[in-house]
Formats: sequence, structure tokens, C-alpha cells
Amino acid sequence: MLEVRDLDLFYGDAQALDRVSLSVDEGAIVAIVGSNGAGKTSLIRTIAGIETPRSGTIRFRGKDIAGLPSHAVVDLGVGQVAEGRQVFPTLSVRENLEVGGLVPRARAKARATVDEVFALFPRLKEREKQAAGTLSGGEQQMLAIGRCLMGQPELVMFDEPSLGLAPAVVQEVFRTIVALNRRGITVVLVEQNVAVSLKLASRAYVLENGRVVMEGSGAELLADDRVRQAYLGL
Amino acid sequence: MKPKSAVTIGAIVAGLVALYSWRLAALPGALLGNVLVTGLLTGLVYGLMALGLSVIFGVVRVVNFAHGEMMTIAMYAATLLFAALKLDPFLALFPVAVIFFAFGYALQAGLINPFIERPEHSQFMLLVAVAIIMVNVLLMGFGPDARSLQVDYALESFEIGPLVVDKVRVYAAAVAVLLAVALFAFFRITSTGRAIRACADNLLGAKVVGLDVKRYYALTFGIGSALVGAAGVLQVMLVDVTPALGPAYTLLAFVIVIVGGLGSMAGALAGGVLIGVSEALAGVAFTPSAKSMFSFALLILVLLLRPQGLLGKKAA
Repeated sequence: MLEVRDLDLFYGDAQALDRVSLSVDEGAIVAIVGSNGAGKTSLIRTIAGIETPRSGTIRFRGKDIAGLPSHAVVDLGVGQVAEGRQVFPTLSVRENLEVGGLVPRARAKARATVDEVFALFPRLKEREKQAAGTLSGGEQQMLAIGRCLMGQPELVMFDEPSLGLAPAVVQEVFRTIVALNRRGITVVLVEQNVAVSLKLASRAYVLENGRVVMEGSGAELLADDRVRQAYLGL
Repeated sequence: MKPKSAVTIGAIVAGLVALYSWRLAALPGALLGNVLVTGLLTGLVYGLMALGLSVIFGVVRVVNFAHGEMMTIAMYAATLLFAALKLDPFLALFPVAVIFFAFGYALQAGLINPFIERPEHSQFMLLVAVAIIMVNVLLMGFGPDARSLQVDYALESFEIGPLVVDKVRVYAAAVAVLLAVALFAFFRITSTGRAIRACADNLLGAKVVGLDVKRYYALTFGIGSALVGAAGVLQVMLVDVTPALGPAYTLLAFVIVIVGGLGSMAGALAGGVLIGVSEALAGVAFTPSAKSMFSFALLILVLLLRPQGLLGKKAA
């Protein structure tokens, strides 16, 4: 479904991604793990069209999307739940969702999708008219996920969805991701919670200094000594 | 509003009143009333002009340093339409606003968007260059002398008790308020308005959900331009126009937006009223040429006591 080949990204002279390749099969959960600054967020933003790669290809359903602007990428069905949630703080919860449903592919279904999101997250329905900036971190994460669903994505990239959330809420976020995957949404998961993401993932990649240094099934990486030492502290 | 904010704003207004009071005490009450009402009405048209600047800055994060020059172009446009077609400015408002919208959209899409990721000083130079070109084109076309627009009801007035208020000023202020309310409704009710607010709220978030940010920037610049175009058409009924007004209005719009609070729509109107009243009071209490001095004194007062402006939000 998604094929990334030899992706290079530079910020000025600093190289953030170095010949990164990965592939994501339809219906899969693919985890990307690595320490801070390894290039995980850069990779997601490049796929999403927010950063422009210097070279390499990104194929989504066969079409090369490298260098397309972000609104064109979202309109092809590539959604993103960004690091730090990135809700619109002064817009109400409902308005946040409505703005998420403005991409051409999703416009016609937006009204019905708002109701689906409210069914998925009843807390958001309760706070429908409240400004998003006044929500708790967990509620904002639900809103960010709901807003992403408004765009009718076929693939969703989650960037650190559990960062800064209380343990009980983290569980809920992971349950939601699994539930969405069961409904047919393909998932790319970037997580500092390496143990959980490798357990969920059918395939996983380890990024270090902008390079893919290891790849395999989630179970393989979970059993690998280097991964256990570097990321699980075992 | 928090009590402390109310106290600060009260202090600013009290300071302003104190600044004038020793000169104003000698004036007859009816004259003072007239001056206050005139200042309020003029201030609402100023507010409409400043609203354009505020909307553009609030969303695109670019200060339109050609704002006052655009205002004067609209003033000249209204005089031309009136001279050639006998078109009443209150009707000329619509074609001028539409043309200004298209111009603003094209300016942002063609010229400013490529500068959006560049450092602020190069954006500043770009817009200053645009402004200087505008002033010079006006000078070439119309010369340095003042032009006026006199509708046949220009000298009529409403008399309410002791107050005598020009009809054109009342109409102009009413139109300014109507347009501001329409703009507010547009941002609240329409999906385009919500998308523009989203771009202003969180740029990364807007890209994440797939908004075409540069298109919304162009729309916003178009809207801000239409507002200043409309304000110019209204303003030319109140004052004569010369090309030299352009830079003065750019600065004035900037002062109003800072006084009212950057990014606050109500703040732009409130700032306009405050500056309008201040100018009118300075005109009678001292001399009309002292009005800018008092506007800038007010600016300094606000910057000292309430840096975020009267209705602005405190930076986090």
C-alpha cells in the first residue's frame, strides 16, 4: 500500500533521513521505533507532504506522492495524528472535527462522520461546544484521532500518540488504534512505548540517525538482544 | 474580562481623559458632545480599515505595510466612479470591494506566498516596495493635490437635541459596523471561515488535516483587502484624499491594531474608536495637526500598561 524507497531529507545542511526504505501492507500495523532525534517524525512529515524530500520515492497505491503538498496527500487517503496532537485550540470540538472533514474526498460524508466520531468518543460529544484548548491531554488526543478520521483516511500515521498521557488513557489510545485497524484502516505507529508498539505491530523498523538499522516482524525485534538493550532496557 | 484587565483599560482611558481635560474644561458641553460623536463615527471607519490589517496579520502573519496605500487607492477609485458615473460611494463600495478582493488574492497568491517561509525582514521589504510603487503610481496619475468627493447630501445633518451629526458620517459608520458584523458571522458560520480560523490557530494542524493553507492565505488577504477597499470608499466622504495619506494610514492602521489588540476583531474596532475620539479631541483641544501626536502618546501608554492591546490575549 505504501512503499518508501531511498528517502533523503535535509534541513539545510543537516541530513534528517538517509536512504530510508520501508513498506506497509494494506491492513497492517507497522511500527517505527527509535530514540529521540532518530528521524521518526521527519519520516512521517515527509510522507505526509509537510517536508519535501531531496530524493527518493514514496508510492501510495502505486502513485508517487513524494513532493506533493500535504493537502493533496491527505486527499489521497493518507491521514496523520501528529505529535503533540495539533488541535485548533480556539475552535470548538465540533469545529475541529468539521475542519478535518473539509478535504474534497471527505466533504460529502462529513456530517455522518461527525456522528460516528461522537459514537466512538462519547466524551467528545459531551464537550462538543467547548474550545479544544480547554480539553485534557487525553481528550485532545481523542479529538486529534477523530479529526483525522473525518478525512476518510485509508492509512493513518500516529506520531507518539501516548506521549504525555496518563497510563489509563494510554491504554484507551492503544485500544482505539487496534479497533480502527480492525475496521480496515492501515496503521503506521511511531511510539516511544517500544514494547507495546512492537507487540501490536506485524512489521517494525528501527531508525537510528535517520537510517533504518533493523527491520523485521514485531515479534522478531521484540526478541532481538540489541533492541531489548537499547529500547526496552532489559 | 478579568477585573485586573478592566482596571488597566480603565486606567488607560482615564489617562487619556486627563491628558485632554485641562484644555477641554473650557469648551461648551454641546461642542464636546459633537466632537465625541464625530470621533466615534470616524473611529468606526478607521476600525474597518484596521480590521483588514488585523485579519491579514492574524491569519497570514504578514503585516501589510501597503495597507494605507491600498486605502488611498480605494479613495481615488471612489472619486473616479463618482466623477465618471455619478456612482454614489455607498454603491461604489461593492464593485471596489470585489476588485480589491481579487487584487488582494492575486497579491498573496502570486507575490507574498513565495515569501511566506522567508525571514520577516524580506517580507517587510517586499510590502514596503509594493507600498512605494502604489504611492508613486498615484502621484503620477493624480498629482500631489487633494481631491474631494461631495455627494449632494454631504452637508445634511441629523440634529438630536444639542448634537449635530453629519449624515454621511452616520451612514459610513453604520456601514462599517455592518461589514464588521458580516465578517464576524462569516468566520463563525461558513466552513471557509472556520478553515481560515484553523489556519490562524495552528498552522501545522491545518497542514495535518489537509487544508490548502496557501489558498486560505490568499482568500484571507483578499478579505482584508476588500475591507480596506470598503473603508477607503467610506473615508473619502469624510476627508479629502492625497497620495501622501497612504503611508500615514498604514501607520494609523498599525497603531489601531496594536492599541486594540493584535488578532482581536473587536479590538480593531475598539482601537479605531479610541483613536478616532482621541484625534477629534486633540483637534478641538489643541490643533488638528496635533492629532497624530496624541495617537502615538496613546500607543505608548497602551504598550506600557497593556502590551497585548486593549482586547488582545496575553501571549502564552
